Amino acid sequence: MRFGEKSVIQDEDRLETVNTDWMHKYRGSSKLLLQPRSTEEVAQILNYCNSRCLAVVPQGGNTGLVGGSVPVFDEVIVNVGSMNNIISFDTVSGILVCEAGCILENLISFLDNQGFIMPLDLGAKGSCQIGGNVSTNAGGLRLVRYGSLHGNVLGLEAVLANGDVLDMLGTLRKDNTGYDLKHLFIGSEGSLGIVTKVSILTPPKLSSVNIAFLACRDYSSCQKLLMEAKRKMGEILSAFEFLDIEAMDLVLNHLDGVRNPLPAPMHNFYVLIETTGSDESYDREKLEAFLLSSMEGGLISDGVLAQDINQASSFWRIREGVPEALMKAGAVYKYDLSLPVERMYDLVDDMRTRLGDSARVVGYGHLGDGNLHLNVSAPQYDDKILEQIEPYVYEWTSKHRGSISAEHGLGLMKANKIYYSKSPETVKTMGSIKKLLDPNGILNPYKVLPHSLDS
Amino acid sequence: MKIMVAVKRVVDYAVKIRVRPDKNGVETQNVKMSMNPFCEIALEEALKIKESGFAKEVVAVSMGPSNCVDTLRTGLAMGADRAIHVEASRDLVPLTVAKLLKKLVEVENPGLLILGKQAIDDDCNQTGQMIAGLLGWPQGTFASKVVLDKEKHTASVDREVDGGLETLCLDLPAVITTDLRLNQPRYATLPNIMKAKSKPIKKYTPEELNVEIKSDFEVVQVTEPPKRKAGVILSSVDELIDKLKNEAHVI
Repeated sequence: MRFGEKSVIQDEDRLETVNTDWMHKYRGSSKLLLQPRSTEEVAQILNYCNSRCLAVVPQGGNTGLVGGSVPVFDEVIVNVGSMNNIISFDTVSGILVCEAGCILENLISFLDNQGFIMPLDLGAKGSCQIGGNVSTNAGGLRLVRYGSLHGNVLGLEAVLANGDVLDMLGTLRKDNTGYDLKHLFIGSEGSLGIVTKVSILTPPKLSSVNIAFLACRDYSSCQKLLMEAKRKMGEILSAFEFLDIEAMDLVLNHLDGVRNPLPAPMHNFYVLIETTGSDESYDREKLEAFLLSSMEGGLISDGVLAQDINQASSFWRIREGVPEALMKAGAVYKYDLSLPVERMYDLVDDMRTRLGDSARVVGYGHLGDGNLHLNVSAPQYDDKILEQIEPYVYEWTSKHRGSISAEHGLGLMKANKIYYSKSPETVKTMGSIKKLLDPNGILNPYKVLPHSLDS
Repeated sequence: MKIMVAVKRVVDYAVKIRVRPDKNGVETQNVKMSMNPFCEIALEEALKIKESGFAKEVVAVSMGPSNCVDTLRTGLAMGADRAIHVEASRDLVPLTVAKLLKKLVEVENPGLLILGKQAIDDDCNQTGQMIAGLLGWPQGTFASKVVLDKEKHTASVDREVDGGLETLCLDLPAVITTDLRLNQPRYATLPNIMKAKSKPIKKYTPEELNVEIKSDFEVVQVTEPPKRKAGVILSSVDELIDKLKNEAHVI
């Protein structure tokens, strides 16, 4: 097997970076990084590794938050970042076909020139790649409007463990011919195959975007506000995010160039509402009317409306900056949970009571999707703190039939926790599929599914 | 004292500008429009002066087609007390704006006229200077700091100039144009947006103000700057010398 110089990396410094995840929580000891430039090269690599039972970690932007994108031991890292071409774009249908290594932000810029947008957007957009987004079924900030990747991905090309290339790169809106296998690869975190190309439906870029930054007195107001927003302006709603006072405080203290859009005092909850539509004055009137009536009804204590794009970006900077602020504040225990909206914040309150002064509990997330990002911030990683959090957090979630991983995936962090959210029979079937597609277990071992299934 | 602030509706600062196919201007259809950032700073300064007790009223003025009212509403939502809209169907050049402002100043008698140093669409940087000339008022342009003295009825203005900072003392009434570092404009809060709906916007036409709309120049063509050519990565010093000698002809 022959690869160019640039595709085989054994340099210690480079390896250090790719062996470590974004949060600096997980570190592998791989001695080899491969950067294939084509699907054929990926196929060759996997064929070779499979024949010698060499474990492989598929990697993209390495921005995952559950340790799924870095080796556990010395697995070979296959990074698709060099496969970053846009293959085609149909300006009538909005269907984009590109390689898995394309950085999300670059795709957003490309589409912007064409008058379209990506159906997903997340804080990591400057580094994350579309192959990784698809492999983790990333959710992000606009899911409430455009739905999940299972709906927006029309096709993909993936390489199986034995090197076989599955060309499912359709560009059709409707295709009911047989089992829709692409869904197996969306969200399986590289454990069933390496995604090499993606075909995705992109929405047209609408001209009127409005955004409000609001303060609410308590969580139940946030919830009622969400219900009212969906009812009164559901057709233009494009994002509904919340952050609590702890999250806001962290952002204001740890990030540069960020200021509180609202005058003092600090409020218990902050909500960010974004609308996207085709008529500026109509949308603005609608949003203003909704906000004013919510204010009169006591749901909102205060709020501001962005008057230009810079102000809008500054609101997003606050919400998107929470993970970064948490990183800067010290050690972080991250939980990403789907819970019934009315019970969501009860968990945050419970955790605060449990942890007392030992750590800071922070709650924020995609309220519009029922997705809570529960983070515990401590000066250092400390097993005593961890004991207080796990398994309590998972048991609490399980009791309310929630998901222990709304969008981050299972990775290494939650590989043995799946039973909190899925039945044993379901997990057993997943194990059978894994055995079928990757009999030697070379793709991203130790992750996603419980270790007990391997036996 | 009354403060008058002129605000302009322009293509939003963050929008990627595209030249129209007919090369007569830039694309403004379906493009986000906002208050000129320097005008926002001007309005913020006026509001701060009012809040510190030096002025009783802030009046926002805008000139152009009916959608200027959106920009005035933003100004009212930030806290201006009332607004004036001079309705004109065509783009107005700085001299015409200055002449119209002169008439409004004669009606309103403000003690201070604050403008942004320039608009980000034409980058003229002329209106403030012209209106000061027409009125015979002192001017402090590119202001990065403004301090009023109530007793002496003067304004001390720090100006950002090429050599650094220059401080002028102006007798009021005066014209000030604002630069980037003067202040950070406030956001429009919901209670203020609510109040703004009932604040008056008075309309004038150029005819009522006895000003003729004419321009002494026409835009001949608008084009994009030439695209930058891609660079080339060289692999050795010899190759560099060869290119400098035989391609660029500089050695």
